[in-house]
Amino acid sequence: MLSEGSSFMKGMALGGIFCLVLALLGSFTPGMQSSPEDQHHHHHIKAPSTDELQRLSEPQMVELTKKVRVYCVVMVQPKVLVYWATAKDTWSKHCDQAVFYSSESTKALEAVDLNEKDEWARLRKALKHAYDNAGDLRWFFVARPTTFAIIENLKYLLLVKDPNEPFYIGHTVKSGELEYVEYDSGIVLSYEALERLVKVFKDEEKCPERGRALWKLSEEKQLAVCLKYTGVFAENGEDVHGKGLFNGKSVSSLIEESMVKNPQDVVEGCCSDLAVTFGGMSPSQMQVMMFGVYRLRPYGHDFHDSLILLPPEGSDND
Amino acid sequence: MRINVSHMFFVTGLCTGFLSIYYFVYYNTSTAEAALFSLGHTSGVDYDRWIQKNLLPDEDGSALSQNVQVLCWIMTGPRNLESRAKHIRATWAKRCNKILYMSSVETDFPTVGLNVSEGRDQLYWKTIRAFQYIYQHHRNDYDWFLKADDDTFVVIENLRHILSKQDPKKPVYFGRRFAPFVHQGYMSGGAGYVLSKEALKRFIEGFDKGKCTHFSTIEDMALGKCMETMNVEPGDSRDVKGRQTFHPYPPDKYLIKQQPRKRPWYLIYDHYKPREMYMLEYFTYHLRPYGYKYRYNPDVTATEVESNNTTTVSD
Repeated sequence: MLSEGSSFMKGMALGGIFCLVLALLGSFTPGMQSSPEDQHHHHHIKAPSTDELQRLSEPQMVELTKKVRVYCVVMVQPKVLVYWATAKDTWSKHCDQAVFYSSESTKALEAVDLNEKDEWARLRKALKHAYDNAGDLRWFFVARPTTFAIIENLKYLLLVKDPNEPFYIGHTVKSGELEYVEYDSGIVLSYEALERLVKVFKDEEKCPERGRALWKLSEEKQLAVCLKYTGVFAENGEDVHGKGLFNGKSVSSLIEESMVKNPQDVVEGCCSDLAVTFGGMSPSQMQVMMFGVYRLRPYGHDFHDSLILLPPEGSDND
Repeated sequence: MRINVSHMFFVTGLCTGFLSIYYFVYYNTSTAEAALFSLGHTSGVDYDRWIQKNLLPDEDGSALSQNVQVLCWIMTGPRNLESRAKHIRATWAKRCNKILYMSSVETDFPTVGLNVSEGRDQLYWKTIRAFQYIYQHHRNDYDWFLKADDDTFVVIENLRHILSKQDPKKPVYFGRRFAPFVHQGYMSGGAGYVLSKEALKRFIEGFDKGKCTHFSTIEDMALGKCMETMNVEPGDSRDVKGRQTFHPYPPDKYLIKQQPRKRPWYLIYDHYKPREMYMLEYFTYHLRPYGYKYRYNPDVTATEVESNNTTTVSD
């Protein structure tokens, strides 16, 4: 009996050690390193599932709905006034606060005049201003007026995320070693990420205000570099099926592409039902989007969503 | 080597040890805080328990489909099957209780071959023959008979909602009403129109008895005249707020405040229509704002809308 028992124990010990060794070997393959600096492979942020939401109590849900409020930073230019006016009249109405940051002052529309021609410097100033004026808003959405955003779907994505953790979300693109969020699809920052960013702005070595002339990176990449220094990494926003929620192209472009790529399943193969952004939209397209998103729907389809988001006051196109 | 009992125990131990450590390493880490996805690669949490279609038609949706039986027929032709009718087939056609594609030639699309030729001046002939075919084969199976062009997008649920309040045994037809040419008005062909069971019967009777004839090639106006002759009432399809529900033009026309400059001839894009069909399908049946409390409540009665307006409460 004893010999069998000890055989068993020896076997178990050997099996266990063998498995551990395999696991450790597995974790040494590239991309699986657990050190914070290198946790940059395949960062995804997924929208919450129904199960997750159902586990929350009613008061918890109300609490979360109140916390997930968004400050929209819209970077405008007077020379393309019509985009600015359209953003003001359409999607930005659904932000808890929408502030327009302009390159120069203009009497036509109200904005924070940054008096700055350089794109990166402008973005820095806008973000600093947003941080200083956030009030009790904890999520920041940065976009150009050619991007259409469905803020309700952004709130849904962020619903169970803690803004005191660093988040930098959007449609991620890899450029060599750098993974950054594409500007045209909108950039999402949590309060913590923005706070770290504003701190690192002061570091001229890591995050210079005027990029060295030969080393001019686009603003979206500059942003990613600065954030990386603070330990904040870009994450791709996706729905529960893994479909990207942030799109740098317009609905019409994406549908056209899908007609070529998935002719049998054009709409299913295209875009997420809960998409947050579409880029490259013209003012006319945005007006049609307001109808398509906020009004047009088939009678009798109820979704039993876990939260209620009210339409903005004083608006007639949604 | 002879296999003895202690060897078996050893092997069993080996497997047990391996599997326990395996379970410990790979399954415990996936119960990480649901809130923090930023750490590491995609967690092992299984989100496939999400309901495949987050679209759960409630009692009303499916009941309406049973109570309001709609036959849809599409006015099309051999040249437009691949370029237009195909996209209707891929999108809204399946929501009709019955779908028929009317053409001059029978095909495996499938199309019904009517005894007509193709061409703009044949449209009323096509309409007459189509309704005659439908009357012959399907008159008892459906309550309402919708005609649509092959570049029209229809939200069938919304059509059913309107028709659910109407009686198909009454001589009535619905669409977008235009005033000229016919005293009681007529329904725009481009916007689509729908005849009640009784209206269909009277249309057929009109031609049987010679009261209605092919006196014009303008399909919608001519049908409107026949409806008038046969005492079929032009119904009011507007919503409780008095807004039109049938539209002869694409959404842009109604929604864009400043119309863009007229496009030069070489940029006129009939071939964009399929794209717009899929876009409308995406907007209507897929893309939505999570949790949004829609302003318009179609179930509120007209009197409630009145009182709401005076107290400026958003509906």
